[in-house]
Amino acid sequence: MRKSKRGMGGLLDALSRRQFVQGAAAVGISVTAMPSFASADEEAKLNLYNWDTYIGETTLEDFKAATGIEVKMDLFADNDELFAKLRAGNPGYDIIVPSNDYVARMIAADMLEEIDHSKVPNIKNLYPRFMNPAFDPERKFSLPYMWGTIGIGYRKSKVKEVPNSWGALYDSDVYSGKIALMSECSTLLQMGMKYLGYSVNDTSDEALEAATALIIKQKPHIKSFHDDNGQDLLASGEVDVVMEWNGDIAQLMSEDDDIGYVVPKEGGLIWEDTLAIPKGAPHPENAHAFINFIHDPKVNVPLAEFIEYATPNKVAAETADEAYRTNPAIFPPEADLANAEAANYLGEEDIAKKDEACTRIFAA
Amino acid sequence: MDSWRQHRSAFWAAFTAPTFWLVVFFLIPLSLLWLFSFGEKEGITGINITWTLKQYARALDPLYLGIFAKSLWMAFLTTLICLIIAFPVAIAIVFAPPKARLWLLLLIILPFWTNLLIRTYALIAVLRTRGQVNFGLEWMWEHANSFLTLVGLGSYNLLGADFEPLGMLYNNSAVLIGLVYVHLPFMVLPLYAALDRLDRSYMEASFDLGAGHIRTFRSIIIPLALPGIASGIVITFIPAMGSYLTPDLLGGTDSQMIANVIERQFKSANDWPFGAALSFILMYVTFFGLALRAVLSKREKMGGKAA
Repeated sequence: MRKSKRGMGGLLDALSRRQFVQGAAAVGISVTAMPSFASADEEAKLNLYNWDTYIGETTLEDFKAATGIEVKMDLFADNDELFAKLRAGNPGYDIIVPSNDYVARMIAADMLEEIDHSKVPNIKNLYPRFMNPAFDPERKFSLPYMWGTIGIGYRKSKVKEVPNSWGALYDSDVYSGKIALMSECSTLLQMGMKYLGYSVNDTSDEALEAATALIIKQKPHIKSFHDDNGQDLLASGEVDVVMEWNGDIAQLMSEDDDIGYVVPKEGGLIWEDTLAIPKGAPHPENAHAFINFIHDPKVNVPLAEFIEYATPNKVAAETADEAYRTNPAIFPPEADLANAEAANYLGEEDIAKKDEACTRIFAA
Repeated sequence: MDSWRQHRSAFWAAFTAPTFWLVVFFLIPLSLLWLFSFGEKEGITGINITWTLKQYARALDPLYLGIFAKSLWMAFLTTLICLIIAFPVAIAIVFAPPKARLWLLLLIILPFWTNLLIRTYALIAVLRTRGQVNFGLEWMWEHANSFLTLVGLGSYNLLGADFEPLGMLYNNSAVLIGLVYVHLPFMVLPLYAALDRLDRSYMEASFDLGAGHIRTFRSIIIPLALPGIASGIVITFIPAMGSYLTPDLLGGTDSQMIANVIERQFKSANDWPFGAALSFILMYVTFFGLALRAVLSKREKMGGKAA
């Protein structure tokens, strides 16, 4: 998924990183003197359910050193997995990291606990524009973690000009056989709709049919509907242009100079991952402490620089490394973001309709 | 030794644990899923059992029937190719010297000890554009080209101006290669078991009576190995029909099989009733195959008695 690099390298990478964190946490027990900031009636534990490779190198041990709370982290691969795991009841997580539209869906399904803003004073560090999003008005149930875009990753030596339109992927044979689109159903259709001039949140049959027909027509030129391993396909030369999350391409760009990233002129998708507390969380006090800790600039800067996603934390963004602050794959130029949209939760019926459209696309 | 009838307590002690296991971990979850397939979604997470046949009606839409047909076809091809490859392999193992036989069997079983995901990724590494197969081909292309240059034909670009790597991944052939690779041991082992039991004097008799190798193979080996062939086909076909990981990772834009659609119903589409209906249709197809096999083998036995 977005952060889980599902290729072989990513698999090993993720494994070692995770083991490292666990190992570090184990060592921490013997060293730390357990100063207790946690509320007295809560045990010093926190269960975090997070994306892969989506936490700082030392964030969890630092949290333990600062508060005495030990974090156990489990990983999910995409929002659907997160949702499926929690829909039948919370198996014991205190913090989850759902994306914008899934926050709205989980609010609608009454799966999230309200966040007490008075227990998260570091909210003051956030950009004000993140404080009242459509998917969670006044941020009652979620606080921003990282944000980014979906755009086009490309191999510079294989393109004549920067492929700055979705048309290059959805409606052209210039890169025939060297194109990969995302298999994630709603995003696949929504970017097609965006290219055709509809809003990503358009629920009309007309928009859906037009996007479906567009993708079916383009299929002979598409190499793969990738499972969020687009960066691997690009890195291994399997494809030259790929629709992918910005952070995945940014990570690849730091290893390979020949890779570029662009938010198409029709507008990409803006996404935001959030920190939320699921209903039935066993340690809600610790969860609040953790959210507050994450938005401490001293914690947030190394975290964001390590995972290479854009932080919504204004103080952190302004004090981070120049290489991070000025990376166009992490912070696209404001002009490129003008047409980008965030996806809303559009209801179960729309999800079912889109899924059937995708079944048709994949079967065509 | 006494019959178990006289030791009821011992019998029940041995019987309870597996029954409990079967009921709790197999029958109950499966019954729940069966109930779901007659339900409708209510809100985001609710399922209302209304005994509607809506989900099954939707599954009979040509769109989904087409995907079922495609899965059947892929499983059929996989089974066929496995059978064609596995038969000579099994024969070779049976006729190998005892020491070598052990090693050969080990080579067949060894991949079982490796995770399917790892094996599939390994296959990706081998088959991809910048993978070992294409590196090998490129190496041969370069050497063939330098040879042509050496004999003075270099300027004609007989082999093309540039090496074009083969696109072996992300298409239906890649899925087929992956499925055959994964399921081959399922075919080799029952064939080996059947052929190993085969009484060799029949073959000797066949040769003595003047039949050639092909005739002996057709009239002696195949009929005697038939039970092995049948179990091989069944245990290859059923998992191949429901494969999910292989088309997902190796497939191209049109490689989805029915299990991929089912997976989406339980995850992104969040439509458990429809996913349950599709799962049960898949299961009924499987049962039908098993029943067909049972009927055929029964008829064969009866025919054997009559003869």
